[in-house]
Amino acid sequence: MSHAVDEATTHVKSLLQWLRGRLFFSWSSSIATLIILYLAWNMVPPLINWALVRAVWSPQNARLCREAIGHGACWAFVADKYRFILFGTFPADQHWRPALAIAILMVLYLLSALRNMRRWRLAYFWLAGLAAIGVLMWGGLLGLSYVENERWGGLTLTLLLATFGLGFAFPLAILLALGRRSAMPLVRWLSIAYIELIRGVPLISVLFMASVMLPLFLPGGVSIDKLLRAQLAMIFFAAAYLAEVVRGGLQAIPREQEEAAQALGLSYWQRTSFVILPQALRIAIPPLVNTFIGFFKDTSLVVVIGLFDFLTTIKVSLTEPAWTGFGVEAYLFAALGYFVFCYPLSRYSQIIERETAHRQTDIHFQGELR
Amino acid sequence: MRSESDRAAHTAGVSKLMRSLQHPQVRPVIYQALLATGVGVAAWYFTSNAAENLWQRRIASGFDFLAREASFEIGESTFLSYESTDTYLRAIAVGFLNTFRVSALAIVFSTVLGGFIGLTRLSPNWLLAKLAAVYIEVIRNIPLVVQLFFWYAVITENLPAPADALSPGPGIFLSNRGFAFPMIVLGAPLALEYPVLSGFGFSGGALLSPEFAALLLGLSLYTAAFTAEIVRAGIVAVESGQYEAAYSLGLNHRQVMRYVVLPQALRVIVPPVTSQYLNCTKNSSLAVAIGYPDLVSIANTTINQTGQAIEGIAIIMIVYLTISLAIAGVMNWYNRRFALRGAQR
Repeated sequence: MSHAVDEATTHVKSLLQWLRGRLFFSWSSSIATLIILYLAWNMVPPLINWALVRAVWSPQNARLCREAIGHGACWAFVADKYRFILFGTFPADQHWRPALAIAILMVLYLLSALRNMRRWRLAYFWLAGLAAIGVLMWGGLLGLSYVENERWGGLTLTLLLATFGLGFAFPLAILLALGRRSAMPLVRWLSIAYIELIRGVPLISVLFMASVMLPLFLPGGVSIDKLLRAQLAMIFFAAAYLAEVVRGGLQAIPREQEEAAQALGLSYWQRTSFVILPQALRIAIPPLVNTFIGFFKDTSLVVVIGLFDFLTTIKVSLTEPAWTGFGVEAYLFAALGYFVFCYPLSRYSQIIERETAHRQTDIHFQGELR
Repeated sequence: MRSESDRAAHTAGVSKLMRSLQHPQVRPVIYQALLATGVGVAAWYFTSNAAENLWQRRIASGFDFLAREASFEIGESTFLSYESTDTYLRAIAVGFLNTFRVSALAIVFSTVLGGFIGLTRLSPNWLLAKLAAVYIEVIRNIPLVVQLFFWYAVITENLPAPADALSPGPGIFLSNRGFAFPMIVLGAPLALEYPVLSGFGFSGGALLSPEFAALLLGLSLYTAAFTAEIVRAGIVAVESGQYEAAYSLGLNHRQVMRYVVLPQALRVIVPPVTSQYLNCTKNSSLAVAIGYPDLVSIANTTINQTGQAIEGIAIIMIVYLTISLAIAGVMNWYNRRFALRGAQR
């Protein structure tokens, strides 16, 4: 027997072994495997047929979509409305501005995920990036025409709501988490009341509160526009949830750290910002990222107060006579859009979690050796 | 002109005052006094603005509106009969019961489904485990509103009209007007009433509106994905030594699970599942997006009609806080009862 054949047989053998070990190791397991394969055989080909092979892609002729109903998907809808879905009603000749803003945001997200970037440097990048985005979106500077924020929309608006929401909620959350553990009863009570009140009610009610109740509490003549009101609601909402995650991190820091820092003569703010918080926040990265994901998904709720975010633009596009009745395709596309952002984030948080677990066992082990 | 010693005494006095302000027992009092003043001033400022605005816009305040006629229709009401001539109070009660109905059912379904998927995720069968993992990842990374819109579109756009409804079982009909299925007749045990086609819909049996069906489906599937992860984590948290010891005592797989693993896993599972139940109840408020008349949706209509935003929002908040406290209370009781004795703090 030649060497190649030998190798092939071992491959086949190990594959068979794997199949037996993982799929056909018992009667019940074999039956389950066969049922799944049978269902897949029956469902996957028609699904691929519908979604890809017989789908209508070109937006020129909406009539083709009507004819394909029942056996082919209508992606032409997305091809026709993609600019509206990405940029909302931003002036058409200026679409490069929100596109560039999205690109800057992507770079900032990627930079934040890099290990050696978890430093103060990152904060400067963010400040510079957000300033650039502000200039791009509003304009009125550097020869850019002014665009009022009622015209922002689509994916751009979703990303901005999520980014600015988290950016402002985070410092507030740290203060609330510290407040909840404060020795001063009034500070503690106020923090607890705020956190529990917000966490006890649905986000929709907070959004309604911002859109119908907030104007009542401002002096006559002063008004805040709809976008800013929604953004404020999202910031106050996210802060309560983030505060609990930060508190989880704070609780994981042993008392000795605080006591040692106190013995060195550091003040409360020195202890907190140089000793406690850096450790607590590092521990809290995985749950923080999970909260970020939840918050990013929650931005889609602005659909109920009529802001034109990613989901709303898709929903509104569906009301055009040419595209009514293609809700399934439209919302599958929306789902894909959110998934593309959330899934990598959730993988990232899982990886960090595993790393932290390893590091902790390493430290533990070294401690035992000594 | 002040003498040298006078000035020295003055400086000493100031620095003494500064020192006493820095004193660990004085400082917190000052901070809290400042905070209380700040919160008080802000509260006074906002209430006086609100009072002024309400007066200018001729909006009444107080809860008198609850006794007035609501004069809007509500799509569905289960436990309470409702007509547009009824009061706002009754309308809000209908909304609350609708919220209760959908969240209670979704909690039950998601617990069963989530438990099942969580166990499947740990199955030694590779295909089963992968399928469960894919389900969890896909559902958890898509916003619930999108899923609700999707299911609503599937039901209203893709299901046939009642006349040629899909019938997967006897007396079960799936159509774009909702789901109809047999219902137990009250008072006559074991007698089922079957739905029959009449006109453009079904009569008899039980009928779920498209809105309710989409909300229940979406909410159950969504919550189940989170519950599944919690169940999986809870079972994984039981140390392998426990399994080995139980097997070495001669217990079979079922007994090991029933008497050794699950009781320990439940202690880890219950607290996070409690917060999932809370989330499920709060998430049911997304009903407003697909037009199911839940509490938030009806309160919102009430606010739009009466202009009494503060009262409307207050009702929403009070109801949800009460629900939250009630669920938390029940689960704390359960936890105390079944927590490991030694682990109690």
